[in-house]
Amino acid sequence: MYDSGKVIIGLLIFAGIFLFPFIYDHGSPAPKPKPSLDTPAIKALPEKKCVEDTQFMITTHMQFLNDWRDQALRDGNRWYVNKEGKKIWISLQNTCMKCHSNKKDFCDKCHNYAAVQPYCWDCHYDPNGSKL
Amino acid sequence: MSMDRRKFLKVAGLSTLVGLGSSGAFELLKPGRVDAEMEHGHHHGEHHEKAEETGPKTRLAMLIDIKALTREKAEKIVHTCHHLHNVPNWGDPKNEIKWIWEDEFEHAFPDSYNEYDEILEHSPFLLMCNHCDEPPCARVCPVEATFRRPDGIVAQDYHRCIGCRFCMAACPYGSRSFNWLDPRVMLKKEMAKGRKLNKRFPTRMRGVVEKCNFCVERLAEGKKPGCVEACPDVMHFGNLADENSNVRKILRERVSLRRKLELGTKPSVFYLI
Repeated sequence: MYDSGKVIIGLLIFAGIFLFPFIYDHGSPAPKPKPSLDTPAIKALPEKKCVEDTQFMITTHMQFLNDWRDQALRDGNRWYVNKEGKKIWISLQNTCMKCHSNKKDFCDKCHNYAAVQPYCWDCHYDPNGSKL
Repeated sequence: MSMDRRKFLKVAGLSTLVGLGSSGAFELLKPGRVDAEMEHGHHHGEHHEKAEETGPKTRLAMLIDIKALTREKAEKIVHTCHHLHNVPNWGDPKNEIKWIWEDEFEHAFPDSYNEYDEILEHSPFLLMCNHCDEPPCARVCPVEATFRRPDGIVAQDYHRCIGCRFCMAACPYGSRSFNWLDPRVMLKKEMAKGRKLNKRFPTRMRGVVEKCNFCVERLAEGKKPGCVEACPDVMHFGNLADENSNVRKILRERVSLRRKLELGTKPSVFYLI
């Protein structure tokens, strides 16, 4: 091989630069997101409880919100009855966001961590903020 | 070869007809499809007859009293509606979004216009989605983003809309607007100048079609449509299927017009003249 010294040194430099981010970040995972429940509406609740239990909301809120959307918009049914038999008005902007009035510290926390961009916010917005 | 062109075309045409007409060809390409379609059509017809016998329980309709309508009131109604639904005001007809808007008799009723009718000629007219009984927009929508609810409201599902604008081509009333640009851009500009958002209602995004929804979100809460609340002497909203409803009472007493009836769309917006 011609110029083997230069080629090998070049390869080593390339491998070093390429692997740098992996080595640099090794063993220090990004901190787990902690969505904040610290809003006046949630604090005022006698029992800190969402429409369904917390585990269900964490794992299933995407499908759950899709169902809500279809019920309200396509079937014209604006009432949801939860497992305890409590009636809840179906609305992302007027029900969910009333308690979770901190979109930045609640919704966005996990969505950013998981690198998902739900298109809810293309049209819906946080009614508590002054910005669109 | 003793076949001339004329003969060849005859044979070719005939065999195409036979080929297309026979269900065998369909059976070959899509088994079971023909029978399914025929059955479907049959059932559909039956269903329709049944509905006509009993009639729908609700058919929501809007009555617009042209005699009571002034330019100031029209402006107030348009402003109220567009505020309630966060409709941006682009200020140029190319990007314009309109749910309800003012126009002249000549444009609203091109077929009924005569140049000697000076009263109607000078009256303002409010135009909006007619919430047709046979909505052509819903028929052409390839994704069922727009559909007719059992109560007569022609709803638009922005989550599903793919922005193909077939509905805009199909609507004979020009009631649909397309978001060529991100509506939030203009809303933000207007907010900087003091416009208030209706925080109970979302905005739309670029690339979807929108139109009047008969204030379905307010009806769900037991409120009246925004235009009716803005000018209750001009706009009357009620159930056509109920003989004793306010709208039926008014229609019994007043002369009314509907737009482009000859198209068979059966509009639910009446103009009292």
